[in-house]
Amino acid sequence: MIGASSIRKEGRAKVLGTAIYTDDKFMSGALHGLTVRSEVPRGILRAIHFGEGIPWEEFTLVTAADIPGTNLVASVVDDQPFLVGIGEEITHSQQAVLLLAHADRHLAEKARRAVRLEIEELPAVLDIQSSLDLQPLIYGTSNLLKEIRIAKGDPDPIWAQAAHVIEGEYRTGAQEQMYIEPNAMLSVVEPKDGLLQVTVWGSLQCPYYVHGALKQLFGLPEKQVRVVAMEMGGAFGGKEDYPSVNGGHAALLAWKSGKPVRLIYDREEDLACTTKRHPSRTRLRTAFDADGNLLALEADFILDGGAYATLSPVVLSRGAVHAAGVYRCPHVRIHARAVATNTPPPGAFRGFGAPQSLFAMERHMDRCARKLGLDAVELRRKNFLRMGDTMATGQVIREDLDLAGLMDRALTAIGYRDKRAAFALTNPEDGPIKRGVGFSVFMHGCGFTGNGESHVASVAGVEGLADGTVAVLAASTEMGQGKNTVFAQIVAEALQLPVELVDTAPVDTDRVPNSGPTVASRSTMMVGRILEDAAIGFKQALVQQGFLAEPYTPETFQAAVAKAVAALGSLRCYGQYHRPPGLQWNDVTYQGDAYPTYSWACYAAEVAVDLDTYEVKVADFVAVQEVGRVVNPTLAAGQIEGGVAQGIGWGLWEEVTMQRGRMVNNQMTNYIIPTAMDLPRIQVVFLENAHAGGPGGAKGIGELPMDGPAPAVVNALENALGALRLDEVPMTPDRLLERCEEVTHG
Amino acid sequence: MLTKNAAGVKARKRLCMTVNGRAVEIEIDIRESLLDVLRDRLQFTGVKQGCSVGECGACTVLLDGTPVNSCIYLAAWAHGKTVVTIEGLAQDGKLTPVQEAFVDEGAIQCGFCTPGVVLSTTAMVDSGKCFTHDEVRRELSGHLCRCTGYQKIVDAAERALREAETAADEHPV
Repeated sequence: MIGASSIRKEGRAKVLGTAIYTDDKFMSGALHGLTVRSEVPRGILRAIHFGEGIPWEEFTLVTAADIPGTNLVASVVDDQPFLVGIGEEITHSQQAVLLLAHADRHLAEKARRAVRLEIEELPAVLDIQSSLDLQPLIYGTSNLLKEIRIAKGDPDPIWAQAAHVIEGEYRTGAQEQMYIEPNAMLSVVEPKDGLLQVTVWGSLQCPYYVHGALKQLFGLPEKQVRVVAMEMGGAFGGKEDYPSVNGGHAALLAWKSGKPVRLIYDREEDLACTTKRHPSRTRLRTAFDADGNLLALEADFILDGGAYATLSPVVLSRGAVHAAGVYRCPHVRIHARAVATNTPPPGAFRGFGAPQSLFAMERHMDRCARKLGLDAVELRRKNFLRMGDTMATGQVIREDLDLAGLMDRALTAIGYRDKRAAFALTNPEDGPIKRGVGFSVFMHGCGFTGNGESHVASVAGVEGLADGTVAVLAASTEMGQGKNTVFAQIVAEALQLPVELVDTAPVDTDRVPNSGPTVASRSTMMVGRILEDAAIGFKQALVQQGFLAEPYTPETFQAAVAKAVAALGSLRCYGQYHRPPGLQWNDVTYQGDAYPTYSWACYAAEVAVDLDTYEVKVADFVAVQEVGRVVNPTLAAGQIEGGVAQGIGWGLWEEVTMQRGRMVNNQMTNYIIPTAMDLPRIQVVFLENAHAGGPGGAKGIGELPMDGPAPAVVNALENALGALRLDEVPMTPDRLLERCEEVTHG
Repeated sequence: MLTKNAAGVKARKRLCMTVNGRAVEIEIDIRESLLDVLRDRLQFTGVKQGCSVGECGACTVLLDGTPVNSCIYLAAWAHGKTVVTIEGLAQDGKLTPVQEAFVDEGAIQCGFCTPGVVLSTTAMVDSGKCFTHDEVRRELSGHLCRCTGYQKIVDAAERALREAETAADEHPV
C-alpha cells in the first residue's frame, strides 16, 4: 500500500472518456453565461450602454446593484468586488462589470460585444517601481498589499568588515498555469423546502473557499450553499482562489434567471483575466569571509500583487521564508513587500512565491562563486544548513539533513565534472552550439506557512459503505496529482486492507468535511495524517462495538463494515489536525517554525545554446529530492516530471506580455509551453528519509519541483556562455541575445 | 440538402457520418465545428475543448483513421466520413492495449489531454509503422499536456507500439 505504485483510481474513467468534467455535465435548459469586462486599467465606471440589434429582454443581466449579499470576494483580505458598480472604481483591465446569460451561446457572445462601458479613465500603476514610488497612490496609504520583515542577528556591522560583499538584482516574470481545461462553473439556484439553495459544480481546488464566498455573496447560512468539485483538468494553483470569483458569477446568473447557468471560459478569456504567478524583483546582498563562509544576507523581495490582495499576503510569506535558501547564515534581514498595480490580480501557482526568491538565491550563489573564485559546488558545500543549524526565522533543523550528499548524487547522475571539463574544451571551438551544465539546491516548506494549519484545523474522515468498502471523506480535490489514489493507499495501509476496498467519496460540501484547500503540498502530508488517525479510530469503533475481531482478513473486515452499516445506518469516523508538540510560530515577528518540515532537492541541467538563433535546448536533467517516504513512486515521479517541465518553461519560454495592464499574448499560439519535443528525459531520484509527522513518513511533494529548474537551467547557461547578465526569467532567445550583445558592445 | 434560415441564407446542412461505428444523420449549422457537433449535439463529451484554435490537441478525433483537431474542422467537412472518438475505442468495457498502456504507465494525470493523446497513439499503432523515440515525441507534439512533462506519455506510447509490433510478429496477417 504505502510505497506501492497503485494504479490511479480514476485512470480508467479518464482513458475511456467517461470522467465528467464541469463542461461535460448535462443540464437541461441551461443558459450560457458571459462576463463583460473593463478594457482600461483604471477609472471610474460612469455608465453601461446596451447596443442596438440585440433582444436584451431575452437576456439575464446582473450588475453590482443586483447582488443580494456582500459584493466582496471572501479571501485573505476582503477587498475585491464581484462586480464594479456605477460610480465605483475600476482597478484593472479585466474587471468584471456586467454578467449576461442567454440560451443561445452565439447570441450571448454577440451581446457581449454590443455592450459599451463608459469609463472615466484615471492614471494607472503598471509596474513594481511605479507602485513603490506611489505614482500614483492606488491602494491604501502606501500601495502595499503586505509587508513582512524577518530578522536574525544584525547584518549591519558585517558589511564593512567582511572580506567580500556581493550584490545582485534578479527578476522573474508572470507565468500562466495553463491547465488544459479552462475555468468552468455550472450553477443552479432554486428554492428547496422554502429556502433558497445555491449549488455550484465547478473546476475548483478548494470547495470550502467557494462555499465561503457564496455564503458571503448571497448572505446565506452554511446549509443553503453547496459546492461540488467535478473532475478537474489541471489547476496548479490557478483554480485555488479564482473559483470564488467565477463561481460567484455563475451563481448570480443562476439566481437572477432561475435557470441553470454554465460559465465556461474560452482560452483567451481565461488567460487574460485569471491569476498568474506573481512577477518579482529581488535584490540580494551577501557578505563572505576570505574562505567563502556566508556571514550576512540581506534580501529585498518584492512581488507585483496586482489590483487586489487576493492571496498575495500568503504568497509573499512563503517567498520571504524561502529567500535565504538552504544556507547557514548568522545574520539575515529579509524585507518582503507585495505591491499593488492596476493589473489583474496574480494568485497561487505551484511554488507560491518560493520559485521567485529561490531563483534569486540560487543564481546569486553561482555569481558569488564566480566572484569569489570558488567552485559553485564547494561554495554551497561550505555553507549548507545541517542538523542543529537555525534558519532565518530561528527554526532549528531537527532532521538529519545531508544536502551535500543530495547535491553529490545529482551531480554524479548528470556527469557534472566530466561535462564541465569537456565543455571547457569544446565551447571555445568555432560552431554555434555552446554547452553548459548547472544546478540548484533548494527546499520547499511542507503545508501552510506558520499558523496556517492551526487556523484551518482541517477535518477528514472515513466512512463505511453498505457493501463493506470504505470511503474517504475529505474536501481535498483531485486535479491530476493523485489524491484519490494516495488517500486510498494511506487509509488502506492504516486498516491493513487492499487498496481496492478503499475509494474517495465525491467532493461535495454536503457530504465531506472541510479538510482545507488542496494547495501548499499539504494533502498527502497533512490531510493524509488526519486520515490515518480517522482510519484507526474507525477500526477501533468496529472492534469496540463488537462488529470486528482482530486479527482480521480483508473479507472479514468487509463483512464487519457491511454488518455495522446495516445495523447502525451509517458509520463514520473523523480526525482533526492538531499542531504537533514543539512547533512554535509568531505571525508578528515571523520567528519560529515556519513549516513543520521541508522537502529538499538538488536539480541539475545540461543545456545546449545555438548562437545562430539563441534557442536553448535542455539536453539532460536530473532531479534528486528527499521527500520523506514516497507513498506512490509512479505518481510521485509524475509530479516531479511535470513540475520540472513547468519550471523549465518558466525559465526559458513562458512569457506573459502585458500592454496597458492587459495580457496581449493570451492564446496557446503565442504563450509557449513545452511540448513533447522540447524536453529531455528527466531522471528522477528519491532519497527517502521518513518524516515522523507525515502518514507513513511522507512529506509534501507537489510544489518542490517548480522551485529548482529555472535557476539550474540559467546557471547552466552561464556555464555555456560565460559571465552574462543572466538575472531574469524567462531567458527567451530575445533576452539572451540582448545579454550577449551587452558583453560584445561593452 | 440545404435549408434556409430567417435571413434567407443557406446556413444549414444535413450531415451524414459514422461515429464510433454508428451511422449518424443530423442537421447542422454549416458554421458549427465538428467538436461542437460531437460534444453538444451528440454528447460525446470525451472530446475535450482546450483552446478552440487547434493548438492543444485535446479535441483530437480520428477521421477516417487520421487524427484531426475537431475544434478547427467544420462539421460539414465530415460528411460521408468515419469518426472515432475516445468513447469508440474500448469494446464492451475492455480497454484497448493503448488505453491499458496509458493507465499502467502512469501516463494520465488530470486526464484532460488523455483522450486526444490516446487517439493519436492509436493512429500510430494502427499505421503499422515503426517509430523512433524522436519520431514518437514529434508525433505527439501536437498535444499539450501540462501535468506529466510527457515522459510517461511517451513511455506508454512506446510500450503500445512495442506490444503491437510483437503481436504482429507473432500473428502475421
